[in-house]
Amino acid sequence: MYSQGLIGADGSTTETQEFLDAFQKRIDAEEKIEPTDAMPEGYRRTLVRQIGQHAHSEIVGMLPEGNWITRAPSLRRKAALLAKVQDEGGHGLYLYSAAETLGVSREQMTEELHSGKAKYSSIFNYPTLTWADIGIIGWLVDGAAIMNQIPLCRCSFGPYARAMIRVCKEESFHQRQGYEIVMTLAQGTPEQKAMAQDALNRWWWPSIMMFGPHDADSQHSDQSMAWKIKRFSNDELRQKFIDATVPQAEYLGLTIPDPDLKWNEEKQGYDHGRIDWDEFWRVVKGHGPMARDRIKDRKAAWDNGAWVREAALAHAEKRRTRKMAAE
Amino acid sequence: MTQTTPLWEVFIRPRNGLSHKHVGSIHAADEVMAVQAARDVYTRRGEGTSIWVVRSADIVASDPDQAGENFEPTADKIYRHPTFYEIPEEVGHM
Repeated sequence: MYSQGLIGADGSTTETQEFLDAFQKRIDAEEKIEPTDAMPEGYRRTLVRQIGQHAHSEIVGMLPEGNWITRAPSLRRKAALLAKVQDEGGHGLYLYSAAETLGVSREQMTEELHSGKAKYSSIFNYPTLTWADIGIIGWLVDGAAIMNQIPLCRCSFGPYARAMIRVCKEESFHQRQGYEIVMTLAQGTPEQKAMAQDALNRWWWPSIMMFGPHDADSQHSDQSMAWKIKRFSNDELRQKFIDATVPQAEYLGLTIPDPDLKWNEEKQGYDHGRIDWDEFWRVVKGHGPMARDRIKDRKAAWDNGAWVREAALAHAEKRRTRKMAAE
Repeated sequence: MTQTTPLWEVFIRPRNGLSHKHVGSIHAADEVMAVQAARDVYTRRGEGTSIWVVRSADIVASDPDQAGENFEPTADKIYRHPTFYEIPEEVGHM
């Protein structure tokens, strides 16, 4: 998820070598950088971009799941899904709050999301067609997000790292509730099991694409690694995710839709088939099946909420002037 | 352009006996909504028993450029620490 945030990020910076070396020394000593510390402009820009896109992903991520709240098959599932979607909203807010410490405003970030200037994780541009998708999203999409986010808890930028610690604590519930949904379906009727397999077939490749392009094609990773914004490469994280997930699928009796997937004894990990990067770039560039709907829904929520924001401010202003008059 | 919603810093007391600790910020039109939003955003899993909110604009902070002169002088005042003083072992714990 976050590696996508780095696509197109411009880490270039023009400070003196002396300043950059001193900054790098702090990073290498594992010192945390706090908002008021001097930092290279490229570091600030990369973080604003990455944290902003991460926040947008959390907020947009509420849409495909919110779609199923009213149709959850039981009260237990509905309560869990509601709580999960509320968490995603909360995660977005922690992250916006971290980005704001870098001098960018919430309004600015929202505007960039709506205009298409800022991206969000392309995984949310796929539709949630059946209830099984909700299980698969929790298991795979949140699972992949956790793989990405755990190293971010040690990110060199303090506010981002602190926000990620809160997020990671909460994500574990998301993944487990998702796996439980898939397990219930996989152990149910043949139709239910087929529904789970169908959802896995549709979500597997987009999930492993969440880690971003292969290391050889990932232009912005080196600087982000040096600045310790990023701790593991895209391919390393993808490998960890696949190795963790394959046995989980085997337990469920479901088949990962990759005929080339096989255990590699030598590397003690799975080899996987070729990823369709053309599809990845198509979706990143906004051609996913749901891309237009997602932004349309976000804009509608923002525009339809305008009167609430205005009324709240007018009310606060009225109370303030009354209080002042009384004093 | 309409006025923007003010930013508030949020402090949570995890449980009685501990002090309020900064957890992040939220946007809200006034203090009533700020507390409500802080509750929804920062205490969904029993993280707190009390919330403080302060307008971010009202926080006065030390100047980061003066961090050196503010905080470095304490580093060489090692005589402020108990371990600076040598007490014979026979005296026992002090």
